[in-house]
Amino acid sequence: MAALHFHNVTLGYDRHPAVHHLSGEVAPGALVAVIGPNGAGKSTLLRGIVGILKPLDGSIHLGGLDARDIAYLPQSAEIDRSFPISVFDFVGTGLWRGTGLFGGIGKVARDKILRAIASVGLNGFENRPIGTLSGGQMQRVLFARVLLQNARLIVLDEPFNAIDSKTTTDLLALVKHWHGEGRTVLAALHDMEMVRNHFTETLVLARGPVAWGPTAEVLTPENLMVAMRMCEAFDDTAAACAADDISSRAA
Amino acid sequence: MVYDALIGPFTEFEFMRRALAAVIALSLAGAPIGVFLMLRRMSLVGDAMAHAILPGAAVGFLLSGLNLFAMTAGGLIAGFAVAILAGVVARSTGLKEDASLATFYLASLALGVTIVSIKGTNIDLLHVLFGNILAMDDQTLLVVAFNATVTLLVLAVIYRPLVIESVDPLFLRTVSRAGGPAHLAFLALVVINLVNGFQALGTLLAVGLMILPAGIARFWSRDLTAMICIAVVAAAVSGYAGLVLSFQTRVPSGPAIILVATVLYIVSVLFGRVGGVVRQLFPGRHLEA
Repeated sequence: MAALHFHNVTLGYDRHPAVHHLSGEVAPGALVAVIGPNGAGKSTLLRGIVGILKPLDGSIHLGGLDARDIAYLPQSAEIDRSFPISVFDFVGTGLWRGTGLFGGIGKVARDKILRAIASVGLNGFENRPIGTLSGGQMQRVLFARVLLQNARLIVLDEPFNAIDSKTTTDLLALVKHWHGEGRTVLAALHDMEMVRNHFTETLVLARGPVAWGPTAEVLTPENLMVAMRMCEAFDDTAAACAADDISSRAA
Repeated sequence: MVYDALIGPFTEFEFMRRALAAVIALSLAGAPIGVFLMLRRMSLVGDAMAHAILPGAAVGFLLSGLNLFAMTAGGLIAGFAVAILAGVVARSTGLKEDASLATFYLASLALGVTIVSIKGTNIDLLHVLFGNILAMDDQTLLVVAFNATVTLLVLAVIYRPLVIESVDPLFLRTVSRAGGPAHLAFLALVVINLVNGFQALGTLLAVGLMILPAGIARFWSRDLTAMICIAVVAAAVSGYAGLVLSFQTRVPSGPAIILVATVLYIVSVLFGRVGGVVRQLFPGRHLEA
């Protein structure tokens, strides 16, 4: 049973597709990098997977997963950093699935939250308001919350943007830990070195799938060139799609 | 002497005791709502809603005279209609909440003014639109207390999703569907508390006892729970001091309450521990780490 099954998916806004005719499967426990130039549709695809964007066409199957089995870390989180909430409480919202509207935060939950905060290296920050954190620290906080969500499928949208190398190393270790635990991880990334060294599978996206498979086979200069060229063609007055069948393959 | 000035009015006159009870009920329910309005950057939404309920109250008045139940019902219907329509339009289209709310409250206001001007106006209506906390009868006081109780209960139910939706709406959307209902329930609470407030302070000042205490609290704490407590206390103190001021002078009670709150606000802006002007001008030496 695939963790994710794309069936001729087209995603976009206002009838303009951002991702065209994507078909394929992500195996459970896979560690997939989604790469492509800006505007390639990476974020759009991830938004489609977590269900905040409905496909224009086709369908995405979550292979028996509930929408709540997904942890999603958006690229530019719409977080109101001025809101008076502590790191502890903010990370604690990751337990929503267990606590819901009214569930109390007991001793066990408190320990879980503290451990999550510790495992992203933010011991001692528990009572700090989130407004006082640096960009890298905030990203660590968001990773801590993902950690608590204990999700089968983890979707990260450019999680290492504007993050220093130390933080990146720490958080990447966490991603690999999740992979080791058998969780399925999808991450939109720009750092080709990182993809080559740490991600087993890669989807090259350029408003449609360019290539998809084991990273070593997929990450070629040719594919990246193709991706670059395909992204340039955005036409506001485009006619309805004639179902050009770009080849895509299953993982 | 001090006793006569500060406590005497309340032991001596029943209408002052009723007014104090009403203002405390308003503070308990309205101030927390105000804190959330402020944190969600909806302070002016409260003001717009105050305008939206005015025509509803006017219709209630025209249909059944100076009956506070009718006026409350009218205000609630108008307020709910505007709040829910605005919320639904904002959620189902790309229009921002403030823009859709502006449209609906202006429409509501225009409709109300039209109805009033066709049916002719009345000095009593004016009196009620500007409120009179000193003329609380048993029935009105019960309505105010009931609304305050409902507000606190509902707020307790929607507290968690409301907080999460305020900080990180996208996250809440991915884990739960509670965000939308919580938001609508919150708008309903805003309306209930505005209607509640207009019996005491009038539609135009009702929002004052919600927003001003929230603004005050913002200068004294960075913690949500503490902010809510401070706001409630600030509202109650303003209410009490405003009543005394109004009793001892000839200042009408509603404006007196809001003016006291304004003084507290100015003091907070100047001397507040969190981001107050004096703190910013004289921050002291920087710390080690």
